[in-house]
Amino acid sequence: MIAFDFPAVLAEWPLLAKGVAATLALTAISAPVGVALGVACAWARVHGPAWLKPIVGAYVELIRNTPFIVQLFFLFFGLPGIGVKLSPELASVLAMVVNLGAYAAEIVRAGIATTPKGQIEAAQSLALSEMQVFTRVVLPPALKRVWPALVSQIVIVMLGSAVCGQISTPELSYASNLIQSRNFRAFESFIVATLIYLALSMLLRSLLNWAGPRFIFGK
Amino acid sequence: MVVEASPGIVEIKGLKKRFGTNEVLKGIDLSVKRGEVIAIIGKSGSGKSTLLRCINGLEVFNEGSLSVDGNPLLHGDAKAMRTLRQHVGMIFQGFNLFPHLSVGRNVMLAPTLVKKRHADQTVAQAKKLLERVGLAEKFDAQPDQLSGGQQQRVAIARALAMEPAVLLCDEITSALDPELVGEVLRVVESLADEGMTLLMVTHEMNFARKVSDRLVFMHAGRIHEIGPPEQLFGAPQTPELKQFLSSIHA
Amino acid sequence: MVDFSIWDIFRNLLLAARWTVLLSLIAFVGGGLVGLALLIARIAKVRGADTLVGGYVQLFQGTPLLMQLFFLFFGLASIGIPISQWTAAAIGLTLYTSAFLTEIWRGCVAAVGKGQWEASAALALSLREQLRYVIGPQALRVAVPPTVGFLVQVIKGTALASVIGFAELTKTGGMITNATFRPFTVYACVALMYFALCFPISAWSKSLERKLHRGR
Repeated sequence: MIAFDFPAVLAEWPLLAKGVAATLALTAISAPVGVALGVACAWARVHGPAWLKPIVGAYVELIRNTPFIVQLFFLFFGLPGIGVKLSPELASVLAMVVNLGAYAAEIVRAGIATTPKGQIEAAQSLALSEMQVFTRVVLPPALKRVWPALVSQIVIVMLGSAVCGQISTPELSYASNLIQSRNFRAFESFIVATLIYLALSMLLRSLLNWAGPRFIFGK
Repeated sequence: MVVEASPGIVEIKGLKKRFGTNEVLKGIDLSVKRGEVIAIIGKSGSGKSTLLRCINGLEVFNEGSLSVDGNPLLHGDAKAMRTLRQHVGMIFQGFNLFPHLSVGRNVMLAPTLVKKRHADQTVAQAKKLLERVGLAEKFDAQPDQLSGGQQQRVAIARALAMEPAVLLCDEITSALDPELVGEVLRVVESLADEGMTLLMVTHEMNFARKVSDRLVFMHAGRIHEIGPPEQLFGAPQTPELKQFLSSIHA
Repeated sequence: MVDFSIWDIFRNLLLAARWTVLLSLIAFVGGGLVGLALLIARIAKVRGADTLVGGYVQLFQGTPLLMQLFFLFFGLASIGIPISQWTAAAIGLTLYTSAFLTEIWRGCVAAVGKGQWEASAALALSLREQLRYVIGPQALRVAVPPTVGFLVQVIKGTALASVIGFAELTKTGGMITNATFRPFTVYACVALMYFALCFPISAWSKSLERKLHRGR
């Protein structure tokens, strides 16, 4: 008969809490920066100078067609080969930002593309500058349109941060691994961590769905 | 009140239907004779379409009874519902042709699957029906190549392919451009002349007056007035019907 | 120290890529079959199917694939059910794929207008006939681009099998790095090989999407 020992895992709640904090910190930093990068890339692909478009395009396609873990390993293990050493935390944040940026670029681009032409014409007739037209008239409704897709992508990146434990970033998956290496309760440890991730993804989704209309694009 | 000697082909007694807390049908009694043409008129929200959709089970009613050709409607029984729908056909406001099938295949699909007819029989029948609605040459066309009026006529042929005893028409010309309405109404009129039992929800008052045996005016979920068209149009009894008629004679 | 050429590195990675491709196909096909079964259970309104499948989808979409693989390989082993790396990776990716595909396909079925359900019901078609002749063909057309697109996700997902020690492309890249001390080159090659696998499929999915909308 299999004897489960969940209390042994739950007793290590300080470690789990630290892991959760690190996961949330990674996400809290990467999400805004990644989305901002995505918006900038979307702008570049639609309004940017001709030489910039293929560069941004190549970046987007490269990131979207390679696994996150490979991107992370390239930054953490690969760059030292040409003399650039990054800490695990820095490599994790950088990888998450670069990853989210590429996906956000496509999502935001789709949102911008569906802007009704009349909106832009009205804004231009009111003598708004190009940047003002973009940031005040085009972007907020576009973000509202694509918010569900953007939120989903942020949740995906948060869940993807579990991989950062592989380069010793002390986030939640790393914590669960540490716990099971101490008490040999891999089954219970991983179930607990997985359920915490599930809760985090639901909370993050609710938080972003609440915050979006409030702070970013209005009702 | 005259008691009918024999039951009608559609017998509705005390029909009630709620959507959540909103009671849309507040007790409908209606008996439709075989071969009768009934036009149902009224304001939007009066429950006309809901009543029609109860007859072929697309809406589930909450109280009362409904029977077609002596068979009571049994919502839980999928087999019974399919049998019912072989006798009751429906034409929709939005045509609802199957976009991935040609016109001919649209008409042939149900007889092939449900009545399990042979290919040559269904092809011949489909061609005959398309000719009947004036679209013989469109057998191999795709639905999106046809005008609205043509699509609706194909929808009629598709419903007729099942040889129904009763045909339900739910505002079948409301989504058509005005110049295309006539061609559809002509087909419906010819069906009425041939003795098809028709229940139509319609806004086409002249057509209703010309073709129907009885007119049903619905208001706020009840049958407010019922009778031959001359009686309802010529001598409306209730203020609601009077107001309705004056509002549409604009 | 032996000096490895780029060709040596490439050759070894290419051999490992076979496993990536095989694992991807197994997960995609297996996940597709499971996902389809779950979808049909939902459509046929099998008792409890909606809640159970909904929960299943929530579980796999709301938790990291990494943890799912950890659980299957390390977790089960710790309670006396040891399974091989290959089996854990195959099962894990299959279940993961099934959850995503069933949700994608559910959206495609929902995209078929209610009028099509009503018209086919009014013609006395059974549920099976409705799905096979009317709803299915229309949902299938809409489903092809995102399904092809998800294959890319599956291929990328196989990279995580490396963390349970399965010697696919990423793990092999790590091993070659340790042997050659050329991490920059090796990981660049690994990335390019994934790109070579994924980019054509992504491009194909995009062109399918364009064709779909042009046809409307």
